[in-house]
Amino acid sequence: MSEELLELTAAAAGEKVRRGELDPAELFEAYRARAAADDLNAFTWVADEPPSGQDYRDSLLGGVPVAVKDLFCTEGVPSQAGSRILEGYRPPYSATVVRKLREGGAPLLGKTNQDEFAMGSSTENSGYGPTLNPWDRRRVPGGSSGGSAAAVAAGLAPWAIGTDTGGSIRQPAALCGIVGVKPTYGACSRYGMIAFASSLDQAGPLTRDVTDAALLLRAMVGKDRCDSTSLEFPGTIELPSREDLKGVRLGVPAELTEIEGGVEPGVLEQFERTVALAEGLGATVESCRLPHAPHALSAYYLIAPAEASANLARYDGVRYGLRVDGSADLYTMYSRTRATGFGTEVKRRIMLGTYALSSGYYEAYYGTALKVRTKISEDFAEAFARFDFVVTPTSPWTAFELGAKTDEPLAMYLNDFFTVPMPLAGIPAISIPCGLSNGLPVGFQLAGPAFSESRMIDAAYALEQAIGFDGRPARV
Amino acid sequence: MLDRAQVLHVARLARLDLSDEEVERMASELSKVLDHIEKIRELDLHGVPPTAHVVDVVNAFRADVPVPCLPREVVLQAAPDPTPEGGFGVPSPGAAAG
Repeated sequence: MSEELLELTAAAAGEKVRRGELDPAELFEAYRARAAADDLNAFTWVADEPPSGQDYRDSLLGGVPVAVKDLFCTEGVPSQAGSRILEGYRPPYSATVVRKLREGGAPLLGKTNQDEFAMGSSTENSGYGPTLNPWDRRRVPGGSSGGSAAAVAAGLAPWAIGTDTGGSIRQPAALCGIVGVKPTYGACSRYGMIAFASSLDQAGPLTRDVTDAALLLRAMVGKDRCDSTSLEFPGTIELPSREDLKGVRLGVPAELTEIEGGVEPGVLEQFERTVALAEGLGATVESCRLPHAPHALSAYYLIAPAEASANLARYDGVRYGLRVDGSADLYTMYSRTRATGFGTEVKRRIMLGTYALSSGYYEAYYGTALKVRTKISEDFAEAFARFDFVVTPTSPWTAFELGAKTDEPLAMYLNDFFTVPMPLAGIPAISIPCGLSNGLPVGFQLAGPAFSESRMIDAAYALEQAIGFDGRPARV
Repeated sequence: MLDRAQVLHVARLARLDLSDEEVERMASELSKVLDHIEKIRELDLHGVPPTAHVVDVVNAFRADVPVPCLPREVVLQAAPDPTPEGGFGVPSPGAAAG
């Protein structure tokens, strides 16, 4: 693949296709060849050829191929959600978001690896092996959308989509040095997304820069009659152009330091440097309070597993996927199929969720978590009365070594400390790369009120220009 | 603390045939996670309404107009045991049903 082609952002490549300066078939083949030669295990499936007879000259996305997280159902294409229980499953229909991207002019490049059913923060929980971080192959890319993040960072895909339930877009974007957006809950249809926790799951873009994220997200949003929780997006996602942050009020939560074990010093350093850059661009920065944010993790690890335990009841060896001991009685077939097909983390969360919902514990666990969720939303509402955006590091750490946290579920869950409050409140957030700590990327997170995507992306763009992060080392 | 009997009870509710080793591990790991989570029970949440969902959609009605759906044979293609009559085959509930 030519160096010049690889240097183009997705938006720039699409613009060249629309102007007739770049052959979309050449662009597709260049990335297809890179994706097929993937040695990071970022892809679980790669397309053989581009869809034929497409004219991208008038399309929004300009024929720039997109990598799609495995859990998006895609007609006729393996869609296994990183799970052995769905091995070989080829759905008879496509997710609404996948259809919208195709109609918007982004052909499917391939499906990307993920933690099984999106449960994880490292992509080590995939039933198809871990994905490696292109910045350092001994390290994880984050998760659960780790395949999408690694593919974009390594230049194996121009752009990608993933899903975020408690940080699964933003955290891998941070650990791989790219941009990730979790939209407002309801902005993108969940139809055809293999469900993890339905009141939290949202699809969003993982891209090389902020402009690419805005463009891809524009094609994804909109109300869908197949998802009754989807909402009409007010207006459109604007492409960013802002050069300063004059008049923008940023709140830095005082609760930032209340994480067990603290934030990695290099991460904190880059975060503070970026906050100073924002001030230099004209933003006002003050401390804010999110008193219940330190409890968000606990609420999340009750609510998400509770919803997951119900959602994953459908994998029972009857309608699709694996079946074990089909000649036994029904109960035995169910329980052996599920014991064989699910991995350790998925079993752990099903158990946790089933326990939290079980008779005698429901009020004490699940009921309490739902009340904490209310308080977290109220905290954000109060913060947004004074501030335009709340800013934090995206992850307390940079990419960690493979296997470093697999035996300690609680340590792994702490990854999500800064990313779980937003989905609990349903609000949007973006992670942008803000620098390196010991040679590894650090993510900077901005969160705004519901449907503030265009403003949030615009502010992130101004910061991105000031930061000048160089993602090229991961693309070699 | 979760004991072995509780883990087995929850595993049965969840239709998971856990090995002895998995039962031991779950008891210890889930206890640690629950110990951490317990802290939210110390918060004063008296009178706070629960939030099960952030989108305030009460009833999402649409016109009751039939639209095409997937053909039966297409849906059955993914089934482990499609029956000749066009259904999903399952084993008998048998004596061990629960």
